[in-house]
Amino acid sequence: MAHGPAKGIGRWLRATNHKDIGTMYLWFSFAMFLLGGAFAMVIRAELFEPGMQIIKPEFFNQMTTMHGLIMVFGAIMPVFVGLANWMIPMMIGAPDMALPRLNNLSFWILPFGFSLLAATLFMPGGGPNFGWTFYAPLSTTYAPPTVNFFIFGIHIIGASSIMGSINIIATILNLRAPGMTLMKMPMFAWTWLITAFLLIAVMPVLAGAVTMMLMDINFGTSFFNAAGGGDPVLFQHVFWFFGHPEVYIIIIPAFGVMSAIIPTFSRKPLFGYSSMVYATAAIAFLSFIVWAHHMFTVGMPLAGELYFMYATMLIAVPTGVKVFNWITTMFRGAITYETPMLFAIAFVILFTIGGFTGLMLAIAPADIQYQDSYFVVAHFHYVMVAGALLSSTAAVYYWIPKWTGRMYNETMGKVHFWVSFVAFNVTFFPQHFLGLAGMPRRYADYSLQFADWNMVSSIGAFAYGASQLLFLYNVIATIVAGRKVSDPKVWEGAEGLEWTVPTPAPYHTFSTPPAIK
Amino acid sequence: MVSKAKQLVRGGIGALALLPWLHAAAAEPAARPESWNLLNMPKGVTSVSQNVYDIHMVVIWICVWIGVAVFGVMFYSMFAHRKSRGHKPANFHESTKVELAWTIIPALILIVMAFPATTSLKHLYDTSEADLDVKITGYQWKWKYDYLGKDVSFISELATSQASIYGSAPKTEFYLEEVTEPLVIPVGKKVRLLMTGADVIHSWWVPELAVKRDAIPGFVNETWARVDKPGIYRGRCAELCGKDHAFMPIVVNAVPEEEFNAWLAKKQSETVALRALTEKTFTQEELMAKGEAVYGRTCAGCHGAAGEGVPGVFPAIKGSKIALGPVADHLAIVVNGKSGTAMQAFGAQLSEVDLAAAITYQRNAWGNKSVDNIVQPVDVFKVKNGQ
Repeated sequence: MAHGPAKGIGRWLRATNHKDIGTMYLWFSFAMFLLGGAFAMVIRAELFEPGMQIIKPEFFNQMTTMHGLIMVFGAIMPVFVGLANWMIPMMIGAPDMALPRLNNLSFWILPFGFSLLAATLFMPGGGPNFGWTFYAPLSTTYAPPTVNFFIFGIHIIGASSIMGSINIIATILNLRAPGMTLMKMPMFAWTWLITAFLLIAVMPVLAGAVTMMLMDINFGTSFFNAAGGGDPVLFQHVFWFFGHPEVYIIIIPAFGVMSAIIPTFSRKPLFGYSSMVYATAAIAFLSFIVWAHHMFTVGMPLAGELYFMYATMLIAVPTGVKVFNWITTMFRGAITYETPMLFAIAFVILFTIGGFTGLMLAIAPADIQYQDSYFVVAHFHYVMVAGALLSSTAAVYYWIPKWTGRMYNETMGKVHFWVSFVAFNVTFFPQHFLGLAGMPRRYADYSLQFADWNMVSSIGAFAYGASQLLFLYNVIATIVAGRKVSDPKVWEGAEGLEWTVPTPAPYHTFSTPPAIK
Repeated sequence: MVSKAKQLVRGGIGALALLPWLHAAAAEPAARPESWNLLNMPKGVTSVSQNVYDIHMVVIWICVWIGVAVFGVMFYSMFAHRKSRGHKPANFHESTKVELAWTIIPALILIVMAFPATTSLKHLYDTSEADLDVKITGYQWKWKYDYLGKDVSFISELATSQASIYGSAPKTEFYLEEVTEPLVIPVGKKVRLLMTGADVIHSWWVPELAVKRDAIPGFVNETWARVDKPGIYRGRCAELCGKDHAFMPIVVNAVPEEEFNAWLAKKQSETVALRALTEKTFTQEELMAKGEAVYGRTCAGCHGAAGEGVPGVFPAIKGSKIALGPVADHLAIVVNGKSGTAMQAFGAQLSEVDLAAAITYQRNAWGNKSVDNIVQPVDVFKVKNGQ
């Protein structure tokens, strides 16, 4: 029964073990993170000074588009699937994911999807250049010929997400250890359960949008072509019906990670567990009915603007509940500041700032000024980078001793944290100023009054990029030569089933279900 | 290098001083403020923009105070409840009262914010009783302004040279913010702005007017502005519209009413004069000289300064079948565009004289030698009017 992993490359190609597949997801997303990060470096290098110095505007547009697509679909979404693969079975006392072969397939189609996408950069006409939101008709009638590769890439990535979600739902609903009721599950499992439902609901909508594009481009339909009786604004409605839940798909698992790490290093149980569950569900529900707040300048009727403004403002309530709960968890605890906790605290601060600017963006009349400016760029990087990315970094530091049986280098982890934290803010805080002063997003070049803050932002970006290489080094050094740990608990304040199995976690865990008190 | 370093140091100090950013922009005179101080939204020169600015500031301050309270508790806890200070953890993890309070209080704050936002939005949407209608059409990558019912219309595009963009000429004060011809509007009059797009979606944004509205093909969006203060206000395209998205600025010149009327009369007489020119027969030299300028402004963006195109995206004109073939085909594609591609219908954008000059130039420049190589404005007129 307790056999080990297969030998050679077959272990990975034919992997059905949740830990192996989780590992592959994590490495894949890190590779995509470095690729998307390299694109960001190109963007910031070009924007270092006014004028076109390094690249041409058409290539600049490909860089912004690919940066967004790779980071959203290639780095952030897979990293949380990787964490889910590794942690959910161990957290709920399951021997593996419910559908191991589906698990293999959902991972292994990803490299093909992203190869299709990245290969377009080397084709005639270049890669997708219409922004990661690919608004029609720029992405249909006016798209480069490689757009078909982009469409099939998105289809494959979407299929992978749907399969991954089915697997997570099946695992959580069917394989919990006896006695582990839903309301006893760790928050990370809860947040992923909710996220998986969101994914199943909206990935087909995205697939529908790109299929309509495919038809318009190749088969003469006019879904989005005004000249043929179609409607370019319809594209935006369909896209954001996917796109808004998508941003919660990205952030909700991060909430789960925070709800694991903050109690551990505060040595105090999570405050308001059930309100956390309800708040997460409320956020997920609201995410379906606020999409057009991305479209306040599109010319909606007044009634539409008002509705989407009010509905969007409501999201601040459950989001606030979550932040208050984390802070109250820390309150009167016994806090220590290991690297995962530093990242978690930075998450709470920076995500809250992103939430504040989100509230500002919800105010429709003010959004007339913010829409499509660098203010929006700053806002969503505070949510995406500081939210999703910092939390997944925290997760890696938090769980890597359990995965490898080795402790990361704490000093290096702290250096990584401080450089990232400072560089992140140097990069993105000035972008608020740029946007308010009138600089639109996706600009390859800008007028002179924007020069100073752009240069600051670029310097911050280079430092942020460099600090991630330190992270890579620290992870590899840990795996190869980290200090060995064997305490199942690893962290003094850690609670939960994953901390009851040996360290490092054996290839098979919970072959017989644990007893839940 | 040294001055850059100095600037950076100053910038670092600027970034530390958080409070001035909330006020600095408004206090600056009309001259270009130093860019370190450009930190906030402009108050602008319309009732809408001032309204928007006020709401923006109210919401910022609410966020700041909530932030101070929330982070205050957090930082206190981070300091006081450290394990290294010997703090023993409590074990509480629930309190219905507290949780109800922090659900209800934020909801109330939101309701307070919603009132001024609603009033402001209603004001912003009231496009009735305008004194002047201007239709704004977004093209890749320029704007066309039509003064409806006034028989005045013109194209406004970037006036900054490619040399300046690519660094072989210096960048002047209004780098990427200067246009061939600004939109001129009268002060104190309600101007209704009707937006549409000719190809892809653009967005016409002038921060000091608090006007940003998408220009969408197949739609006509409405918004309005009443500028109270004469002056020049600069804006940009805000919706990604392709290659030269960053290179289609907007300049609005708000002038007193008499000055506006005089300008309008002058433009109207130009329209009449241009119609007369359509009947004139030009020499090849005249057409070539004019054509080179029109080509550089209008065609070179895609087809290249020497007609070389961009392989795989934009076809070359040098040695192309169309430029060397029958003139009728050449006229048809330039005037009517080619559907399903980025080739626009330039018949709607350029005058007969400009079109004739551009086509003549394309048929004769870079070694292109067509059989019938001269196009007169009257030929263009016939194609435009289906004769």
